[in-house]
Amino acid sequence: MSARFEPIIGRYMHLDLFGKPHRLYVEEAGQGTPLLCLHTAGSDGRQYRALMNEKRITSRYRVIAFDMPWHGKSSPPAGWHNEEYQLTSAQYTTMVLSVMTALELDRPVLIGCSIGGRIALHLALEHPQAFRAIIGLQAGAHIDPYYDVNFLHRPDIHGGEVCAAIVSGLVGPDAPEKERWETLWHYMQGGPGVFKGDLYFYKIDGDIRSRVADIDTGRCPLFLLSGEYDYSCTPEETLGVARRIPGCEATIMKGLGHFPMSENPGEFLKYLLPVLERIAATSADAAAARP
Amino acid sequence: MLEALKERVNADAALVRRGRYLTTTFLMEIGEMPWLISIFEGRIVSVARGPFVMPSSSFALRSSEAEWQKFFSAHPPPGSNDLMALIRRRVLKAEGDLKVFMAHLRYFKEALAKLRPIGGSA
Repeated sequence: MSARFEPIIGRYMHLDLFGKPHRLYVEEAGQGTPLLCLHTAGSDGRQYRALMNEKRITSRYRVIAFDMPWHGKSSPPAGWHNEEYQLTSAQYTTMVLSVMTALELDRPVLIGCSIGGRIALHLALEHPQAFRAIIGLQAGAHIDPYYDVNFLHRPDIHGGEVCAAIVSGLVGPDAPEKERWETLWHYMQGGPGVFKGDLYFYKIDGDIRSRVADIDTGRCPLFLLSGEYDYSCTPEETLGVARRIPGCEATIMKGLGHFPMSENPGEFLKYLLPVLERIAATSADAAAARP
Repeated sequence: MLEALKERVNADAALVRRGRYLTTTFLMEIGEMPWLISIFEGRIVSVARGPFVMPSSSFALRSSEAEWQKFFSAHPPPGSNDLMALIRRRVLKAEGDLKVFMAHLRYFKEALAKLRPIGGSA
């Protein structure tokens, strides 16, 4: 068997975030409308590997995923060893907008999953003009804690083992074994306390229940796609959010779980491609309508 | 309901190997009926059906018979496919020294999934 390269190019970007220098890992593939991808809590941009290898997407979209600070191949900022990592809504928003500015992305399409889906709702509300369209995967406005997150970060329990075990049931039952375990491997590789720190945003700071109805889909189209087997952000939660936002479209994806783009790309693309098609058509209409 | 656990877990060499640092006795309640499962270095050594007078265990997993039946079905419906899904719906109570349960969470999930009909979901 001969060697083969994927079309994905990875680079390290130096960027000041929250008043500190950061070294961030950024991957991309394809050309066209920028499609900025946000990974889930405790994982990294590898979750979007299938999108970046999908010609039906990369022929029209420039697909970009960055590893958040502390995640994947992005480093934590200097001094991290004496900090407790905790992600906040304000930091997450700043991070996404700063990366967009640094990469000179002109009104990208945003796609975010789980915590990425949550911040997608924040961005749809607060920065609709900055995006062509927003796609929230496994996006809910809030989740009640249902287990003690302290188990995720303590020296007498292996962090990688417990983080993957916590989320393993969130993968849908029909996921191919290879993609299921690739998805869980990313969780096993997370740094100590990083998944837990992300969940501070997901379960506490990022609660947007009281404001989600103010999202104006006239300013930025919003699509929600959620997996049927997700018990973290349940289909009911996603449908509840969609009901409160006029013009928001929600689809429940049969057989899929919490990590659709990573756990079962083949099935996920059946839902994503039509959405990207519609966004492209809408953008073309809008461009044609401009004087 | 749990009789097959010993044979099925012990027949899975990879699962036993992952449990090699796990020695404990835990309790499961299927509705009103308690069961005590003893594990030594990843191998199930006994599965005892109650009732018991004074059962000792490191932790307990308690749910209704109907919920366990859905969990143990070949293709569990959404919300019943995983121990954490049951906990999320507040229909499974995990009580006691949960450090043992959480440190070996993958083992416990995969061990109990062995009770599904052969060919069902892991």
